[in-house]
Amino acid sequence: MKILLLGIFYIFSFQFLKAQDAATLVGKLKEKLQQVHDYEATGVLKTDVAFIKAPAGKVIVYYKSPDKISLKRQSGISILPKGGMNVNMASLMSFDYLAIDAGEAVVNGVHTRIIKLLPNDESSELVLSTLYIDPVKILLLKSITTTKSNGTYEMLMTYGKYEQYGLPDKVIFSFNTKDYKIPKGFTLEFNDADKAELEKMKNKKGKVEITYSSYSINKGIPDTIFNK
Amino acid sequence: MWKVFSIEVYKIFKRPRTYIAFAAISALILIIQLGLYVDGNAYVDFIMSGLKDSFDFQGKILNGYLVCYILLQLLLVHVPLLIALVAADLVSGEANMGTLRLLLTKPQSKTTFMLGKFLAASFYTLLLLIWIAFLALAVSVWLFGTGDLIIQKNAYVVQIAQNDILWRYGYAFLFAFVAMLAVTALGFFLSVFSENSIGPIVATISIIIFFTIMSTMGIPLFQKIQPYLFTTHMVNWKEFFDEQLDTSGNVIKGSIQNMQQVNHSIIILSIYIIVFVWGAITFFKQKDILS
Repeated sequence: MKILLLGIFYIFSFQFLKAQDAATLVGKLKEKLQQVHDYEATGVLKTDVAFIKAPAGKVIVYYKSPDKISLKRQSGISILPKGGMNVNMASLMSFDYLAIDAGEAVVNGVHTRIIKLLPNDESSELVLSTLYIDPVKILLLKSITTTKSNGTYEMLMTYGKYEQYGLPDKVIFSFNTKDYKIPKGFTLEFNDADKAELEKMKNKKGKVEITYSSYSINKGIPDTIFNK
Repeated sequence: MWKVFSIEVYKIFKRPRTYIAFAAISALILIIQLGLYVDGNAYVDFIMSGLKDSFDFQGKILNGYLVCYILLQLLLVHVPLLIALVAADLVSGEANMGTLRLLLTKPQSKTTFMLGKFLAASFYTLLLLIWIAFLALAVSVWLFGTGDLIIQKNAYVVQIAQNDILWRYGYAFLFAFVAMLAVTALGFFLSVFSENSIGPIVATISIIIFFTIMSTMGIPLFQKIQPYLFTTHMVNWKEFFDEQLDTSGNVIKGSIQNMQQVNHSIIILSIYIIVFVWGAITFFKQKDILS
């Protein structure tokens, strides 16, 4: 009996410690990201969606703590997944959550810890966030976020010269896309699209890729930038 | 030839009927521009509704380039009807007024006479297109500004960078000129067979409407003949507004997705022009101009 009770106590203690460990790791990452109060980053945006032919273009991304983010194309139009770009790294941890250790995984050759964040508030837009954190450099390498209204998004980060701030050089943002087709009567196009071309565009997950060339960190950004 | 051409141009622009097309096009373009200027964003929301459910568009979708594209999409189906007013009157109008015999007393061949008339009608078509280009492109850019062009195709969406658009419009208008010349040639051809203008004008308009309906409908029987109808090829100016992708899925700047289709359409339209003009000259040579 004593052995059984000891066993149960051991299991619960282990789970508690693991959960605490997960929370500590997320806390460390949060602390690192909180060094950045605001930034203005320049980069190149590439939209890669099965049924959208869009050229890559230069963008400026503005961020202000805790959750203001704005992406502006220097000239032209940016096509972004609805609501998705608001899911930035800081916002992934800006809610009251329960952190659960979910094991380990290798992301881009780096050993990471998988931590699942469950919001404590049931009315939260976020349903579940899975973070893949590099425990040595305290960097978020990958996240999978499920939201109530905009589906599931995946972010894959690559770091370089701004890794001490936890800011990536490259972010690949993946999401699921729906099929697209509109009637010929609407477009007034009588010829069918080239089949080989359509095949090239089929069965792909939507992706938005931002490659950052520079960050201007903690220099102050006026709130008016975020007004649409 | 130059003298016949000059006289015919003078006669075309002396008739009030000629200006109907310019007035109608000006009114149509200006009213659409006004509508889009006042409530254009609601229209863009409507046409982009399928995409706006899933995507956020940041930037100016409703710009001069898009307005021009919308206008051309609407107008280039209807402009042939206005061209018919002049082209189908070229020979029949003379026959109706009894001036054919008088004109042919001049020391010139019937071929020169007919080619001069056709060139004059082509000049009218060219001026009409230049007028459309000015109103639809220049005025729209002045009113709405510039920006990337987003176009919805049947199976995908194309975004063209604003510095890659103007040359496409240049080629699109050149293509539209060839397409409209086919209509001019049809009207010119039909005008040989009548002694009054109404018949050829109505016949030209009827043929265009009939062929356009056949080109639009996806019925298998019609699909077999669609590649041979000039109305199917007339809308292929839109091919200039599609880009190629490289193997990684990146847009190739300055590329045209289906240049082969454009060339094919130009060949088909040119064949129509040659056949109609040749037919008009041949039948005119046999025409009794003494009655």
